[in-house]
Amino acid sequence: MTPLLFVGVVLLVSLAAGFLGALLGLGGGLIVVPVLTLLLHVDIRLAIGASIISVIATSSGAAAAYVKERLANIRVAMFLELGTASGAIAGAYLAGVVHPRGLYVLFGAMLGYSAVAMLRGIHAAPSDEPPGALSEWLRLNGSYFDHATGETVEYPVRRPLLGLGMMFGAGTVSGLLGVGSGALKVPAMDLGMGLPMKASTATSNLMIGVTAAASAGLYFARGQIDPFIAAPVALGVLGGALLGTRALKHVSSERLRRLFVVVLVVVCLQMIWKGIAG
Amino acid sequence: MKRDIELFISTTLRIGVMLSVAVMLFGVIVTFVHHPDYFHSRPALGELTNSREIFANTTGAVLRGVRELRGQSIAMLGILLLIVTPVVRVAISVVLFAAQRDRRYVLITAVVLALLLTSLTSGLGE
Repeated sequence: MTPLLFVGVVLLVSLAAGFLGALLGLGGGLIVVPVLTLLLHVDIRLAIGASIISVIATSSGAAAAYVKERLANIRVAMFLELGTASGAIAGAYLAGVVHPRGLYVLFGAMLGYSAVAMLRGIHAAPSDEPPGALSEWLRLNGSYFDHATGETVEYPVRRPLLGLGMMFGAGTVSGLLGVGSGALKVPAMDLGMGLPMKASTATSNLMIGVTAAASAGLYFARGQIDPFIAAPVALGVLGGALLGTRALKHVSSERLRRLFVVVLVVVCLQMIWKGIAG
Repeated sequence: MKRDIELFISTTLRIGVMLSVAVMLFGVIVTFVHHPDYFHSRPALGELTNSREIFANTTGAVLRGVRELRGQSIAMLGILLLIVTPVVRVAISVVLFAAQRDRRYVLITAVVLALLLTSLTSGLGE
């Protein structure tokens, strides 16, 4: 393969990753890493470095639109980033102590469980539960205009402390495994805190960039960021994210949720496979 | 007034993204202009994606390469701009909440910023 063709393939694949990532609140690493390693035979070390950049690109590209349209709830994001940022530091320290293979299986199992829970609505915050004093005090409750239905959706935010705890867990996983963990953040907001699905994926998009930026410095210092791979990944992902944010407006929350569950199952199998195959 | 915060944050992200896209694109183009063999040579790819290679891993090294107009260094500068964008977003949020005298969120965003800078610098210190 010539370098020119390589750049072309990477751009196209990243375009798809950015599109899906912007829709679902994920970083796109779940597409970028397997394609780079399996199809293009890039070393996993460099593929992970490119994947971290892809998370930041999806996040900044998508959130620029979602924040302006008020789909992303910035107060919820700022409050929950307390959990993800401290979790990421805890994870980075634990990384030297815990064996990663078992963690992949555990992470995979958590994702599988989230998929079932989201499909069945298990653990969902009851819709008649009042938001509680902390949500009011932090003014977390939000609203957005849904282009799919043509209505303004106002939503209360429930169980903020549970959400904060789950985000600490998601942050720890990010720090340990070097993944964006949007796959854990979205269910935490959707199920745990009762945010509408669209607000959950948009807010997750705003948050994952901060989580990834925290560890990107480490990958850069280790020389794991190859500009010949990461720059086309970032360019492709940013283009895809731009298209994804336009598409999200017109998708219903229910369809988005089903698509998310399908992707969760795929990532769940990827992680468990990684843990078993090593 | 609440609307302003969202607009400011959105604009910050947009500027960060546009700057890094421009620099990365320029870097990729310069790379191909300097190395016409990249259009057809197959072995060249192996060198570009060699896992044993340690890529420029200090901002000083990247900036030196940029001054020499090396395409890969310019692309890396664009990547670094992308990395700092979310950090700048959080830093600007602190200022925006302070301007609104929203003490709770000034505190929350300041703690997030401190945690973020801690993990960024501990990463760079390794």
